[in-house]
Amino acid sequence: MGLAKRIIPCLDVDAGRVVKGVKFLDIRDAGDPVSVARGYNEAGADEITFLDITASSDNRDTMYNVVEQVASEVFIPLTVGGGIRAVSDVRRLLNAGADKVSINTAAVHNPELVQEATDKVGSQCIVVAIDSKCVSEPDEAPRWEIFTHGGRKPTGIDTVEWAVKMAELGAGELLLTSMDRDGTKIGFDLGVTKAVSDAVEIPVIASGGVGELQHLCDGVTKGGADAVLAASIFHFGEFSIGEAKAFMLNQGIEVRV
Amino acid sequence: MQRIAVIDYGMGNLRSVSKAIESVAPDDEVLVTADPVLIASADRIVCPGQGAAADCMAALNGANLVEPIKEIIGSRPFMGICMGLQVLLTHSEENDGIDCMNVLAGKVKRFNRPLTDTAGQRLKVPHMGWSKVNHSQAHSSHPSHPMWSGISDGARFYFAHSYYCAPDNKDSVVGSCVYGIEFAVAMAATNLFACQFHPEKSASDGLQLLRNFVAWDGAA
Repeated sequence: MGLAKRIIPCLDVDAGRVVKGVKFLDIRDAGDPVSVARGYNEAGADEITFLDITASSDNRDTMYNVVEQVASEVFIPLTVGGGIRAVSDVRRLLNAGADKVSINTAAVHNPELVQEATDKVGSQCIVVAIDSKCVSEPDEAPRWEIFTHGGRKPTGIDTVEWAVKMAELGAGELLLTSMDRDGTKIGFDLGVTKAVSDAVEIPVIASGGVGELQHLCDGVTKGGADAVLAASIFHFGEFSIGEAKAFMLNQGIEVRV
Repeated sequence: MQRIAVIDYGMGNLRSVSKAIESVAPDDEVLVTADPVLIASADRIVCPGQGAAADCMAALNGANLVEPIKEIIGSRPFMGICMGLQVLLTHSEENDGIDCMNVLAGKVKRFNRPLTDTAGQRLKVPHMGWSKVNHSQAHSSHPSHPMWSGISDGARFYFAHSYYCAPDNKDSVVGSCVYGIEFAVAMAATNLFACQFHPEKSASDGLQLLRNFVAWDGAA
């Protein structure tokens, strides 16, 4: 008995609305962020992640308002990501009520930002988001690289090496998204999840591809993830958080009930 | 109406803490402040905290809050949260060693690397997420601490930390958790309750703990 594996619904936010796309495209509206977050809190979610998916300057103030409103009435951990470029952005989000801030693209351009941010606010506040894609041919040993800008730009950086580097710079947690799987509902990329989870001492959140409850279990038991993140299966009412937890518990996975 | 001061020394999720208290004490005044005079005049005081021990101690010293806090503790209900617990101990191993406020005798230590559970499975550090908190009692005949009222023994609370408290006096421990090792996660004395986990982020049980604090008479 120990630490529960976390289930984290992810809310992609664009211009103050929760949306969900497939492979980062074809976006559908899924509601008002505050009411969606409140619903997940009541349903027993262990944490909520907000990603500001456009992160344009127009969107920034909207996002701070959303975070403030959610943090005023939802008392579970709140992670916010998207468009963080400086420690001042991190501070502003934490002051608005975020508990953790997720840094993605900016970490690639300026890895020292991760160190600077963790020095200032502590590792437990800094999540590094990694958008990863399988780049090996089917007959090769699997190999993954990270992509930035919402998955549009390749970087040539190896995912596992990058994960280790981010942990060394002080990241408190990694949010690992498989871009090949995002929105596809065929399950996590368990290969990269396991490779990253084994390589680092810090917790890893598996993301991208959940379509069935078994996928959540596989992320933990086969991928070694400490937490599993999903969006569309929860947003569109296919499964509730309670159903997901009951399913995981039934397979011997420790969850908070 | 009572006044509850949340100490603002620039090192914490103050908004989350103050909003959570406001939600359980809608008729009270919740004040986020660094002013020692306002803090000293409050009926109850909450000291949150996040980040590194050295930064927290430097911020408390920089705001001239160490002596006022030491004077307040014991005189009326005071609650430390996360780093707000750790800085109450004598010394922390974090940042190559830093002296803390020495309100509670003991050390703050880093989880061993590698940290493993009893089955030999590796445990991640930081200890991040929801763990069970056991209500410790010095004697089996002793009832559990009044701050646990309405909260089940073994209820899960949200943690996010890499260092843990190792107090000298086990009698002050009122809550413990097992993560690789068993360690103190809640400590108490007259008018003092401090916890390693985040009640403001621990859903209904966390809010219940804050509700208990708002009504607590300070007796252990």
